[in-house]
Amino acid sequence: MIRFDNVTKVYPKTSRAALSDLSVEVEKGEFVFLVGESGSGKSTFLRLVLREERPTSGYIQVAGKDLSRLSSWKVPHLRRQIGTVFQDFRLLPTKTVAENVAFALQVIGKSRAEIRHDVPEVLELVGLDGKEGRLPHQLSGGEQQRVAIARAFVNKPLILLADEPTGNLDPSTSVGIMKLLDRINRTGTTVLMATHDQSIVDQMRKRVVELAGGELVRDQSRGVYGYAR
Amino acid sequence: MQYLAGEIGTGLRRNVTMTVAVVVTVAISLALFGAALLIRAQAATMKDFWYDKIEISVFLCNDFDTGATCAGGAVTEEQRQAVQDTLEANPEVEEVFFETQEEAYELFRERFDDSIADNITPEQLQESLRVKLVNPEEYEGVVSAVAGLPGVAQVVDQRALLDRFFKLLNGFQVAALAIAAVQVFAAILLISNTIRVAAFSRRRETGIMRLVGASNWSIQLPFILEAAIAGLIGGVLASLVLVGFQAFFVEDILVPAFRFTAWVGWGDVWAIVPILLLTGTGIAAIASAITLRRYLRV
Repeated sequence: MIRFDNVTKVYPKTSRAALSDLSVEVEKGEFVFLVGESGSGKSTFLRLVLREERPTSGYIQVAGKDLSRLSSWKVPHLRRQIGTVFQDFRLLPTKTVAENVAFALQVIGKSRAEIRHDVPEVLELVGLDGKEGRLPHQLSGGEQQRVAIARAFVNKPLILLADEPTGNLDPSTSVGIMKLLDRINRTGTTVLMATHDQSIVDQMRKRVVELAGGELVRDQSRGVYGYAR
Repeated sequence: MQYLAGEIGTGLRRNVTMTVAVVVTVAISLALFGAALLIRAQAATMKDFWYDKIEISVFLCNDFDTGATCAGGAVTEEQRQAVQDTLEANPEVEEVFFETQEEAYELFRERFDDSIADNITPEQLQESLRVKLVNPEEYEGVVSAVAGLPGVAQVVDQRALLDRFFKLLNGFQVAALAIAAVQVFAAILLISNTIRVAAFSRRRETGIMRLVGASNWSIQLPFILEAAIAGLIGGVLASLVLVGFQAFFVEDILVPAFRFTAWVGWGDVWAIVPILLLTGTGIAAIASAITLRRYLRV
């Protein structure tokens, strides 16, 4: 589903590479933690998957498409197959929960009938039915993140990317979010989650890919956050 | 589609002052542009009207004229014939009419008050030869051929008078276009700035749209349409000004005061209105599209 072959990314006007000769492959349906300190290249990795950045060298394949050959006007189509969740939720403050989720469908041209059907369904999945009319500032952090997850998942994407989704949440709320992501993963969605939340990684025992200084230092299935000795 | 209309409406309302500024600037520049076009139409109408009415008038000496060519007093029969022959021999001359002093006197009575006409006798007026040209542009050669001949008091070519008037009209046209150009430049800068501010204030929405996979076109379209609508309203306002100008100035003031010539009509105005609307919408749309390319990350 996601394949990096010897990918290097150097941002302009910097000397150190953000990613250095990285090769990793994520199969369909996997749940992968991407761990590492700040600056290790986790966010860069996700941005390359989304085609927000282009690699300085190397080959990237996402959902069967060669990203270097992808023309600019086809990129939106790629992104419709990838859902994204961020640490800061990125909700629209003037729209209700339902409107925020519907927004993702409206801007890609879905009909009102489809929206009327899909939005309640996904809100129920994330456990927010009953709160459709609330505004983001009327929700707790965990609820806001659920809205973001609902928005990311409403279009049934192939891949769900999460960039530190529990970064702004307390430990018990984080567990709830992880359970949700796990449920989504079990529907067949490939999940790639960047995090430096140790306890979460340790609890879930999924595949762990560790980056340090832009290089791959560990790729362990059923791994833990630190090296298990 | 309904979503689009909602976004455009919100956008226009969110930034009312800037939208108004854009509309006004566009309206002024288009009004001036329309004025320039109308002046051009007026010049063309006048040329059409006058071209076959233009004559050269060769006034022949009477008893009262002084001057080198009238040294011998009133024009003699030979002198008159000589002048007429010179004229008829000229290939540029189509026809020559002769106007006697009595005929001149009758015309004089028609044009002016009786009180003035009573003080004038036919002898005080001049005989004249009226010359119709083959090509009204080629008057200079004919004028120079007869100007110095004995018996010729004065040669008046109406075309020279009109030329001066057309030069004046042309001057107005150029001035209007120059100011319009400056205003268009200002309008483009204003539109660019407005779009930048709008794009910045909506970066959250556009950011999410990009992430979620909305096509670049659907992200840019609301901004471009906003600008285009503002430009269209500017065009409508400019058209209203033009229509008002035609109704209240040209038709009510100029036409009755200057009945001797032709004037632009509603046909000319209605031909200019679509040009203004298209130009307003077009400038706004293009300026906003170019600005978005630079400032909206897509």
